[in-house]
Amino acid sequence: MAKVPVQFTLNGEEKAEFVDSGATLLKVVRDKLGDTSPKSGCNQGTCGACSVLVDGELRLSCLTLAETCEGAHIVTTGGLAKDGVLHPLQRAFMDEFAAQCGFCTPGMIMAAKALLDRTPDPSRDEVVEALSGNICRCTGYEPIIRAVLTAARANSQNAA
Amino acid sequence: MKLAKSYFADQRKDDLKELGQGLQRSDVPGHVTGKTSYFADRHFPGMLYLKMVRSPHDHARIRKIDTSEAEKHPGVARVITHKDVPHNVYTILILIQVGPEDEQVLAEDKVRWKGEAVVAVLADSQRAAEEAAAKVKIDYEVLPAVLDIEEALKPGAPLVNEYHGQNYYMYDSGASRKVRFGDVEKGFAEADHILEQTYFSSPIEQAPTETTGCIVTPDGNDRFTCYTNTQAMFFTLDNTSIILQMPGHKLHMVGGTVGGGFGGKVDVTVEPIAILAAKLTGRPVSFIYSRHEEMQISSPRAAEKIVLKDGVMNDGRIVARQVWGYTDAGAYSRHSPYGAQKGAAHYPGPYTIPNVWVDTWCVYTNRTPSSAMRGFGVTIADFALEVQMDKLARLIGMDPLEFRFINAYRDGDMKAHRQETTGAALIECMQEASRLADWPVAEKYLQMSSYKGS
Amino acid sequence: MAIRRGRGVAAINYPTGMNLGGDPSQALVHSTPTGNFMVTLSSVDLGQGLKQVMAQICAETIGVKTEQVIIDTADTDTGPHCMGTFASRGTHRIGNAVIQAAQEARQVMLEVAAEALEVNASDLDTDGEGNIHVKGAPQKSISIFDTALMAHFKLGRSISGRGMFLVPRSYPEVETGAMKPSTCYAHACTVADVDVDDETGEVTVVSVKNVFEIGRALNPKMVEQQLVGGSWMVISHALYETTEPYYPARDHGGSDFNEYLMPGPGDLAETEIVVLERPAADGPYGAKGPGEMCANPQIPALANAIFDAVGVRIDMMPITPERILRALKEQRSA
Ligand code: FES
Ligand code: FES
Repeated sequence: MAKVPVQFTLNGEEKAEFVDSGATLLKVVRDKLGDTSPKSGCNQGTCGACSVLVDGELRLSCLTLAETCEGAHIVTTGGLAKDGVLHPLQRAFMDEFAAQCGFCTPGMIMAAKALLDRTPDPSRDEVVEALSGNICRCTGYEPIIRAVLTAARANSQNAA
Repeated sequence: MKLAKSYFADQRKDDLKELGQGLQRSDVPGHVTGKTSYFADRHFPGMLYLKMVRSPHDHARIRKIDTSEAEKHPGVARVITHKDVPHNVYTILILIQVGPEDEQVLAEDKVRWKGEAVVAVLADSQRAAEEAAAKVKIDYEVLPAVLDIEEALKPGAPLVNEYHGQNYYMYDSGASRKVRFGDVEKGFAEADHILEQTYFSSPIEQAPTETTGCIVTPDGNDRFTCYTNTQAMFFTLDNTSIILQMPGHKLHMVGGTVGGGFGGKVDVTVEPIAILAAKLTGRPVSFIYSRHEEMQISSPRAAEKIVLKDGVMNDGRIVARQVWGYTDAGAYSRHSPYGAQKGAAHYPGPYTIPNVWVDTWCVYTNRTPSSAMRGFGVTIADFALEVQMDKLARLIGMDPLEFRFINAYRDGDMKAHRQETTGAALIECMQEASRLADWPVAEKYLQMSSYKGS
Repeated sequence: MAIRRGRGVAAINYPTGMNLGGDPSQALVHSTPTGNFMVTLSSVDLGQGLKQVMAQICAETIGVKTEQVIIDTADTDTGPHCMGTFASRGTHRIGNAVIQAAQEARQVMLEVAAEALEVNASDLDTDGEGNIHVKGAPQKSISIFDTALMAHFKLGRSISGRGMFLVPRSYPEVETGAMKPSTCYAHACTVADVDVDDETGEVTVVSVKNVFEIGRALNPKMVEQQLVGGSWMVISHALYETTEPYYPARDHGGSDFNEYLMPGPGDLAETEIVVLERPAADGPYGAKGPGEMCANPQIPALANAIFDAVGVRIDMMPITPERILRALKEQRSA
């Protein structure tokens, strides 16, 4: 199969790879770059487990071709903790017991980060809206909603 | 959540140190950082991807399988058919002596449900495997199919599964698992009212966010390591050992954190064939269900039909309960004979009824085999039982909650399956529900207790 | 045409484990040279937190802190046999096996400490903070750290234990169905409030009030996770889910999360949960299995609430708007 060169940053690190034409960003990030934090829950754009940020935008990496990410900045949950310090969202997911099997968690955190980056102090409705493309089969969502609201509060306290 | 410590306080010592604490889960830092390892978070050089060719028919005879075009497809390493499977006819519960073996790993002469596995194609990319799978030619002679419980049990219905010889599981007690307690006919004769109602459910998918799958590596010493998300490691190992006629010591199952199960990962459907593929090719093999396969191929919670006939007195006592429960097993047993039996044990629900008659059936149809799911054998029974309770209460003009208090089981009561009740707590749950929901009941019900002789 | 409010109740019991198949699980426990404890299992954590609860059970039994216990599980090369994680059996069966293994390890640990302190092992107790002391004389003590070192390097003793829990198989009697399907039962009662739109058939679950009796909440936070998640899942079963909406017809089956319907984060019912604890005689520290029992009474409670609201009985799951509308139409024409 024809290989295509592609360069982007993954969690701030420069990456250059030859990828199969048509390979998804999900497959490249997981299989080639070894960051397995985005999960494949459906590989068809219906569960959100593969969510990542591409240039700050929330994207389903299972529906994003790697070759379209030339020059992009990609962020995954695997790269959120800085110097061993958890991101407020990660802390809040722990504190609120918002993860059970954890399979949806990296995608949920990405969806929540996309929201908080643009709306630091969201209403519950805005949180619900932001999470509604992500499936969780374990938690019943309520703890996840609470975690995002808790993280937003922690953020605004830090900013104040 | 609130712990209501006032109930049963005399039965607890609150002297625990590490338990009773809402300690943080040790696995959760891994979950929030994406570091928790699931079986599919592995990638091995030279890995092959397995794509299953499945039956497009509910019921058909296989005249011919032609894999020649698929084998020539670029990237294809191997095509596997029933001929390659050492012990092709199996059943999972054979491990606990619940036979007969009734299911083909890869279909040979017949397919019995739409989606049944026939040919496995292995290629060096998922895409090549899928393209090659489309080139497998199978010549089918379509047979009449039976799709629901009632049709399946009619005389002259097409036979679903020759290994059983009839469209239901044959228990040692006959066509159904039976519970007989007291004399229901006498109970009905005494009853002020009789109510017979029928309840149905459709199949439900466990729908874990992580689909069923495994990745197998040949270890080079004739052993195979299988990274799997099964819910039962040794069930999988022992069944694989039987299917592949491979001694258990050559198999190594490794689990880890599973992305949800809910009963959907108790069947043994991917590991044997993936290990066989790794053995035949000498390469790592990945076999992971697509979301479509998880939804329509992996076994769902069974559809059920439940008929309840109750005799009730004007004062609220249920004096007879008769139950006919039918579990739609689909084409193969999997865990359904067990589930139907568990259902028999569950009736007549948490109530003390002097006359009980239960028959539960495990019925075969040309459908996706059903199997375990959260509440296996119980959940649909509870739906039927508790809707029936509501209807009975209204029939005699009684408050539905008070009606349940009158019939609730207590310590020392004999259950229909002839075990004495111990540790009952239904009454206290209902008392708390009455308070919590502001559902008034007469004071005498709030004074009741589950304790013996109270 | 209006939105109509209704209320329904349901109560259930739920068996722990699979006695009708024979139900064994094993556990091994050993200490490291510095007094940490390793529990080896082949059981699977599906996300419910089995590893955490087993660590807490082991810690409680040996008398150490939970963080000193490591769980090594789900590997058939290292872990002894376990039937599997299903049928609400994990906490109960595996927990009992862990207790037995941990008790045996604790006994050896106390014997080693007894040699060091020159007393009888039966006179010793743990303080839960990492020390072993003479009962009634807390100043006469040795740390578990030193005890383990001594066992390994001086006395040549293995601080370890084996645990096995088996509920023997019950074979139902052919004629009567006499059998022992379970040794303990959890209990639940739910009151559900719904709004039903009699024009569209749509049901809004206003609230569910759940009371669950689970023997003992070994980790209340994790119990809450199960109960909240289970309550959500089963509301979904009641009103939304099926792989075959027109069963027994095989068509219209959902293939992905767009077609297979479940309530999303915007469709949540207000959920209240109260937990009662009546310890099970054979449960690990009294616990029963909470995993499945929490996902049962809501379905009939909702069905009964819908009847209370609009006066139609939907006796087929799931209770979809289509089914409600058809029933309402029939009711009006009758
Ligand atoms: S894996 Fe991308 S949306 Fe499901
Ligand atoms: S925690 Fe399991 S899917 Fe969300």
